[in-house]
Amino acid sequence: MKNGNIIFKTMPSIHSTGVTAGPLEKKKSVFAQQFDKLYEDERCDLPTNEDGHRQLMYDAVMIALSKAKKSPEKIDILLTGDLVNQMTPSNFTAQALGIPYIGLFSACATSVSSMITAALFTDAQYANWIVAGSSSHHNAIERQFRYPLEYGSQKGATAQWTVTAAGAVLIGQNKPELPSIQCATIGKVVDMGMTDPLNMGSAMAPAAMSTLTNHLTGHGKTIDDYDTIITGDLGSNGFKILKALANESGLPHTKNFRDAGEEFYGKDPTFKAGASGSGCSAAVFFSDVYQKLCKGEYRRVLLIATGALLSPLSYQQGDTIPCIAHAIEITRDGVDTI
Amino acid sequence: MEQEKYAHLEKELSPKTPILKNVIRAFLTGGLICLIGQFIALFYITYFNFTERTASNPTVATMIFISMLLTGFGLYKKISQFGGAGAAVPITGFGNAVVSAAIEHKSEGYVLGVGGNMFKLAGSVILFGVFSAFVVALIKTLLVKFGVVSW
Repeated sequence: MKNGNIIFKTMPSIHSTGVTAGPLEKKKSVFAQQFDKLYEDERCDLPTNEDGHRQLMYDAVMIALSKAKKSPEKIDILLTGDLVNQMTPSNFTAQALGIPYIGLFSACATSVSSMITAALFTDAQYANWIVAGSSSHHNAIERQFRYPLEYGSQKGATAQWTVTAAGAVLIGQNKPELPSIQCATIGKVVDMGMTDPLNMGSAMAPAAMSTLTNHLTGHGKTIDDYDTIITGDLGSNGFKILKALANESGLPHTKNFRDAGEEFYGKDPTFKAGASGSGCSAAVFFSDVYQKLCKGEYRRVLLIATGALLSPLSYQQGDTIPCIAHAIEITRDGVDTI
Repeated sequence: MEQEKYAHLEKELSPKTPILKNVIRAFLTGGLICLIGQFIALFYITYFNFTERTASNPTVATMIFISMLLTGFGLYKKISQFGGAGAAVPITGFGNAVVSAAIEHKSEGYVLGVGGNMFKLAGSVILFGVFSAFVVALIKTLLVKFGVVSW
C-alpha cells in the first residue's frame, strides 16, 4: 500500500445487501422502491429514536444475511458505525446479533471505510464472511448535533437533512458473477477552514476531490474508466463545488458524476441542499448502485463516501470542520481484468 | 489548494443568503405575532379587570400557551423556517425553545431529562435578560439619584 491506495488481489465480492429506511424516506426518497424495508413509524414502534435507530441497523444486517441464506453464526466479523455518541445503536445491534464486532467511525464515510476494512480482512484470508455497514436516524442525530427537533431555527439553502436509513453489505470471497471490490483509497483528513455546521457540503467537497485525485493517480485510472463516480452526501452545494474543483484540476468532464445526497430526496426544496448522514451513502450505494451493478447497467463504479469529522463541542469551541473521504472501486468485469 | 483560495471559490459558488427577503419575512411574522398579542391584551383589558400595565402578564402567558400548542403539533418550526428572527424574538420563540427541549429530552426521564434540559436553549435568554434588566435598573436608579431624570 502506498499513499492510501490498496489493491485487493483476491477481489472480494459483495454477496448481498440490505437497506432499511424510515417513513419520511418512504414518502419522499426517489430510491424508496429500491430499499428492502420501509417503516411506518420513525421509531420502528419502539420507545425511543435511538431504539428505532438500532432496529434499522439490525434489520438491514438481517436482510443482507437472509438474501444470502446465512445466519449470524456463520459471520466472522461485523463492522458497522453510526453518528450517535459512542455509536450505541451499532453496539446494541452487535449485541443482538452476537457476531464478533468492531465499531468503526468515519462519520458519514463509514459505509465505505467499513467496506474497505471488510475487504482487507477477506483479502488476507482472515475471514470468510463479513458484514459491513452504517446507519443514521434523523431524530437521534439532529438532537445531538443541532437543536431539539421542534425548535424553530431557520435553515439556509446549504443545510442538509440527515436521513433515517441503514445499509449493510455481506462481503465474502470472490465470485466472478458478483460485483467485486478491486481497489480502494483510504482518504486523508482535509480541512479547508470551513466552520459552518449547516454547510457541510462545502467543507467535504475538497476531501472528496483529494481522494478522487489520489485514487485516479495512484491506481492509474481516468474518470472515463467508470460508469459512475458517486459521492456520498455532498448535497447540491457541495456537489457543485466538487464539479468546479474537478474542472479546475484539469479533469476532462464531470458527466458521470453523481451525488447520493443530492439525489436522495429528488431535489425537493424542502430538504434544502439534500440528504446527509451515514445512512445516506450506505442506502444509495447498497441499493441503487449495487442493483445497477448486478443488472450489468454499471460495469465499474467508484464510490466515494464523505464524512465531516466534527462534534458539537468542536464547532462551539470555534474549531474548523475536518473532513474525510474514502473511495472504493467495484466492478463486474471479473478477475481476469486485473 | 490553499484555504484562502478555496474560501473564495466556496463563497462564489454557494447560494447567497437572501437578506432582504428574510428581513421582510421576519418583519411580517414578528409583526403578526405582536398584533395577535395586542388583540389578546385588549381582550383582557376589555372583558376582565386588567389595566394596560397589568394586562401584559396574562397576555404573555396566553402567547406562550399558544406557542406551546403550536410546538407540540410541529407547526412552530414551520413558522420559524418562514419567519426566522420574526418568530424567534417574540415571547413565543422563548416558549418554543423551552417546550421543544422539554419534548426532546422526555426520553431521559422527568428529572434528568425534562427538568435538566428544558432551559438548555432558553437558559441564556433568562440569564442575559435578567442581567440586562439589572444593568438598566441600576443606571436609571443612579440617574434618578443625581436628579437627571425622575421615576
